[in-house]
Amino acid sequence: MSRPRTWPVHVVLAAGALVMLAPFAWQIVVSLQTLPDSLRVPPKFTPSWQWSNFADVFRSVPLARQFLNTVVVTVGVTAGQLLLCSLAAFAFARLRFPGRGAIFMVFLAMLMVPGELFLIPRYEIMQGLGWLNTLQALIAPGVFGAFGTFLLRQFFLTLPTELDEAARLDGANPLQIYWHIMLPLVRPGLLALGLLTVMWSWSSLLWPLVVNTDPEMMTLAAGLASLRGQFQTNFPILFAGTVVASLPVIVLFAVMQRQLIAGIAFTGSKG
Amino acid sequence: MLIKREWVWGYLLIAPMALGLAVFYLWPIAQTLYLSFTESGVFGGQTWVGTANFTDLLSDEEMLGALGNTLLYAVLVLAGVPLSLALAALLNVPGLRGLSVYRTLYFLPVVTMPAAMALTWRYLFNGDFGAINYVLGTLGIDGPYWVGDPDFAIYAIAVVGIWSSIGYNAVLLLAGLQSIPRHYYEAAEIDGAGRLRQFFRITLPLLTPTTFFVVVITMINALQVFDLVYLMVDLKSPALSGSRTIVYLFYEKGFVQNQRGLAAAIAVLLLGLILVLTAIQFRLQKKWVHYE
Repeated sequence: MSRPRTWPVHVVLAAGALVMLAPFAWQIVVSLQTLPDSLRVPPKFTPSWQWSNFADVFRSVPLARQFLNTVVVTVGVTAGQLLLCSLAAFAFARLRFPGRGAIFMVFLAMLMVPGELFLIPRYEIMQGLGWLNTLQALIAPGVFGAFGTFLLRQFFLTLPTELDEAARLDGANPLQIYWHIMLPLVRPGLLALGLLTVMWSWSSLLWPLVVNTDPEMMTLAAGLASLRGQFQTNFPILFAGTVVASLPVIVLFAVMQRQLIAGIAFTGSKG
Repeated sequence: MLIKREWVWGYLLIAPMALGLAVFYLWPIAQTLYLSFTESGVFGGQTWVGTANFTDLLSDEEMLGALGNTLLYAVLVLAGVPLSLALAALLNVPGLRGLSVYRTLYFLPVVTMPAAMALTWRYLFNGDFGAINYVLGTLGIDGPYWVGDPDFAIYAIAVVGIWSSIGYNAVLLLAGLQSIPRHYYEAAEIDGAGRLRQFFRITLPLLTPTTFFVVVITMINALQVFDLVYLMVDLKSPALSGSRTIVYLFYEKGFVQNQRGLAAAIAVLLLGLILVLTAIQFRLQKKWVHYE
């Protein structure tokens, strides 16, 4: 049996991939240029190996602090989502209680509402709590999510009912069933939700921009946004900042891409 | 007795999430609806103004401009969906090696922080020393100032919007392609149908449910674009009139100018727009989406 010729497909795919990657390559090249090189006409397409840009970006703004803020917020939001979503999803999928269907419909309805409708009152809640310019202001609203509950419920629904019944006969309560039996079995779902949450939380801009205006308390996305005016002409340092900000998620994606893509394909086919 | 206790457990386990959603989702929705009928007082507080915010907005030039920019952006980004479809079809070619490598490369923009990439694209689109105008120049084309020009900014932003969503949409469409049963193609082959004919007669029709999902999601996301405009166009740039979107205007009114009532009304109008356009999509799907 002869294999079909695929080289024309490779040519098209490789050309497209070059277009997709060009901005990344350019970002890295400019982050290693000197200021005059970055402003040359025509553009200089090679780095000048100015490694000090990376030291400068950490020196000139609270970028190190913003990096830490972003890590703390992302870890907090992701841990909270995984715990709260899985608890609720387990209850919706495996326990019977009056009003379960109706309550779940309310959860689903919230998926349709654009985020802008929550923003002003959430800001006022944070203001009332005295939480403006704190990390908990970025974490607290992020740990609650109807999407994660929906996603994990789908995973819990695929498990056989015999599992709960057997555990119940052995005298286990629902919390024990959830923790010891169900949670380990929905690990792929937890992994997918975790990765998606890390990605969203790491990148999100509007809420951090609104709620934390002190540069010391900003996340990287908001910090970069505020840099764009300040460093309008110093592109190499700005670009060193963008490389530092994008690298962790790219590395995570490189390691876990199969699970992340499976998670997204799953939300697509079941959404 | 076991059954009786079960409902207690049920409520207990959903309680944390339900409380959080009530505080951070349900209450804000009600509050935003209320705020949209109010105006910020001089000494703080909100006063009831009825539907004044909505009637003001619907005749406000900035709002109409933002509405037009947002719709244009959504149409441009939707025009990128066929690219994702072509990509998914290429990735689905039988016997293709390196699928996961390609998938990773095309997916990279999806996972990267939009703030970082928007700043890179902004530099690429620079009118004076940007690489895009340099490349256009070698082709004899004198490129505009892109994100500095109200007539071109939204197109430059849409290029970035398409670039960053191609991989995501292609992954969804590829999953759809792979769920089409092989036997359809085997039957078509026996009937002597060629590759191209199979694609148009089997693949495309059977993929329409996934395509519909992708179109609706892409549209809803595009109607809420903020990051790219905020990062690629300067706060005081003249290009803002041609690129300010609805959410951008919402941000300006609510958090820069502190006009909470007006901002709330913009958010409510956005919700209305999304509902209407999604309802239209669902109506139209009867004409082109095939369910088995």
